[in-house]
Amino acid sequence: MRRTAPVVTAFVAGVLVTISFFFNEQKTLIGSVQTEILNWVTIIFGFALTLGVVSITRVNFNKIKRRQEGWFYSLLVLVSVFIMAIPSILSSSWSPLFGRAEGSIYDWIWVRFSEPMMATMFAMLAFYIASAAYRAFRARSAEATLLLVTALLVMLWRIPMGEWLLKQMHTSLPDWINVYVMNGFNLAVQRGIIIGAALGAASMSLRIILGIERTYMGKG
Amino acid sequence: MAILTALPAAAQGTGRAPAPDSIFLTNRINALILIVFFSSAVLYFTQQARQGKKLFLRKIPGLEAVEEAVGRATEMGKPVLYIPGILDLDEMETIAGVSILGRVTKIIAEYETPLIVPARYPTVLAACQEVAEQSYAEAGKPDAFDRDSVRYLAGEQFAFTAAVNGLMMRERPATNIYMGGFFAESLLLAETGNAAGSIQIAGTARPEQLPFFIAACDYTLMGEELYAASAYLSHQPLMTGGLKGQDLVKLILVLIIIVGVILVIFDAAGTYSTWFEVS
Repeated sequence: MRRTAPVVTAFVAGVLVTISFFFNEQKTLIGSVQTEILNWVTIIFGFALTLGVVSITRVNFNKIKRRQEGWFYSLLVLVSVFIMAIPSILSSSWSPLFGRAEGSIYDWIWVRFSEPMMATMFAMLAFYIASAAYRAFRARSAEATLLLVTALLVMLWRIPMGEWLLKQMHTSLPDWINVYVMNGFNLAVQRGIIIGAALGAASMSLRIILGIERTYMGKG
Repeated sequence: MAILTALPAAAQGTGRAPAPDSIFLTNRINALILIVFFSSAVLYFTQQARQGKKLFLRKIPGLEAVEEAVGRATEMGKPVLYIPGILDLDEMETIAGVSILGRVTKIIAEYETPLIVPARYPTVLAACQEVAEQSYAEAGKPDAFDRDSVRYLAGEQFAFTAAVNGLMMRERPATNIYMGGFFAESLLLAETGNAAGSIQIAGTARPEQLPFFIAACDYTLMGEELYAASAYLSHQPLMTGGLKGQDLVKLILVLIIIVGVILVIFDAAGTYSTWFEVS
């Protein structure tokens, strides 16, 4: 039963959702199945949040208990989790500091700590791109040189001063890069990958619906 | 639903609006034909594989390198870090990532190498724990599995990235494997892994993230290779049958596109293009 039930559930859900795609949602019961199942998914995901809290608490608590290297940071993680979580689930009718509205503890920490730290992480991407580009664009072979030249042209085309410089070489050069490099070669390759990936996803869906692929539920 | 959302040739179109009172959406018949044909092709080749017919599967260097990368981690006494993407379990890429985790964990268990799997969503955490535990059991080493090796880190994208980057710099894993859906954090993760000196194998179906992985990783699985990886690593003929059916449909789509391009060149694609529109 433990092995069969998940496979049967995946089959029934997959077939029902596929069939519902072809029926009018307003007129038929089967047409609204997809929306109904997606609602269930949202509810299940909400309950699953507890698993995350248990995991993060257990891993960090064990680290503190064993005084492992960096245990102080684990303590900081646990304090942060509960300082954010507990006031946010309490009713704001008790105190304006509770809940998630403006002026609450949750909002204060979110705006002053979380958001700036996450923005900092994202901003660091610029430096990471520079170091990755340096490695990728080294002209070690004919193909790498072609990549380097193309990348230089595209980068110049993307900035106003570069576009001006390209126009000095040939007035239609920026348009040429746009039409042939970005909307030509680049788009064609991207679409090829997208079509391949979509068929791959469809094939995997079919393997899952038919119970051929069961690794994702812990069965070989 | 994935099987439907994964039909871009059809899904990109504007399509005709269905009749408001109709029960069956006739404007989606072309999608139905494609699904029936696609399913038949996959089932036919799966049946062929079941009967013992040998199906050729081209080598995927990134997957061939998995065992070597795990071996390297074992020799160095360092862990293998596996990230099943940053999307939730209702995304096909995550399911592919979790499936590959099962295959990779079996190799890891055989080598008795430490494993670290950070998860961004609790549902992914639960699935990864279940899959990894089962793989250890199948490898005959159920006691070697540490449930906390699969751990929840953070729900926010960049908080998760910061936590994984911290893990990389502290634990210095010998091998990093990224399989699933990734966004802006792809390069932040891969560059940090590169700086930590890890062998890196990545796979994603998102074309906009592929250049970052190609620049920073040793091996990259592109698009459909991610979905084929689980079947490829399983070495089971039944699983590879689906890949053959998928290739047949891809060949037909290529022919359809070529015919379309020729018709567009001669300005005669009017009726032809409407065959592929779905709303």
